[in-house]
Amino acid sequence: MDVYMALFPCDSTLEDLTKRLHSLAAGFHELMQMKLVLYRIDANKMDWQGQKVAEQLMQIMLVVFAIAAFITGYVLGSFQLMLYVYAGGVVLTTLITIPNWPFFNRHPLKWLDPSEAEKHPKPQVVMGSVSKKKPAKK
Amino acid sequence: MHSFGYRANALLTFAITILAVMCAIASISDNFNTPSPTSQVQVLNINWFRNKADGDDEVSMTMNISADLQSLFTWNTKQVFVFLAAEYETPQNSLNQVSLWDGIIPAKEHARFYIHTTNKYRFVDQGSNLRERDFNMTLHWHVMPKTGKMFADKIVMTGFRLPRSYR
Repeated sequence: MDVYMALFPCDSTLEDLTKRLHSLAAGFHELMQMKLVLYRIDANKMDWQGQKVAEQLMQIMLVVFAIAAFITGYVLGSFQLMLYVYAGGVVLTTLITIPNWPFFNRHPLKWLDPSEAEKHPKPQVVMGSVSKKKPAKK
Repeated sequence: MHSFGYRANALLTFAITILAVMCAIASISDNFNTPSPTSQVQVLNINWFRNKADGDDEVSMTMNISADLQSLFTWNTKQVFVFLAAEYETPQNSLNQVSLWDGIIPAKEHARFYIHTTNKYRFVDQGSNLRERDFNMTLHWHVMPKTGKMFADKIVMTGFRLPRSYR
């Protein structure tokens, strides 16, 4: 209670205080909405199908380059050459699989538009009766 | 795979694991190499042969050491460490090994050599058992790999004998 008294002026009524608390809560809610929007923007960089392709491509490319490097080094009798070929392969794989290339985003998820979300509000949960029922069910 | 950092971490870990596997296979491939080294040692001269003040015998000799160790080198060889040891038996010890000379061969081109030298390290006995002693000159080598297991082997050359009396 002391914290709230420090945040809000002493001459406020209880009604004022609850209003301020609600506006704070609304502010947090807005922040969460913002975070969701940001995540949706980030998720659009590489979709699920693209992620799977990226992982498989990375594994296959590394193994192929390792085999090619070993054979090259063994046949030509140079350990250093094997390491150079493999290092080149690792760099090439990095350039192809790590950045968010467009071909990893060919099946983007269709997120619900915010205006649509307002038309279909989340169902309101009745607090008192539901919370009393749950322990009994368990 | 949902973020840059996640993919970079997965790639780096997988790449290094595969590198470890490659090095292990490179080491295993060394087993398929069947080397055929040759070597010869001649003792040209016994420079001096004495009994030291503390009771131990010591001898100094000049020798020619020649060897062809080129077949020991593989693609996975970093260097070959080679040393010449005099080996003999005494009433005290069933085996004495005294290193007389050693060297490092960094590459295949230098693996065929002919050296004219006195012993690099002192040939001292534990006691005074060297008079008229028969001994073997054994050329040992250690093939040091770039990755993996080190192989060691030797060639024993018999028929050497120290003089009957001190000089």
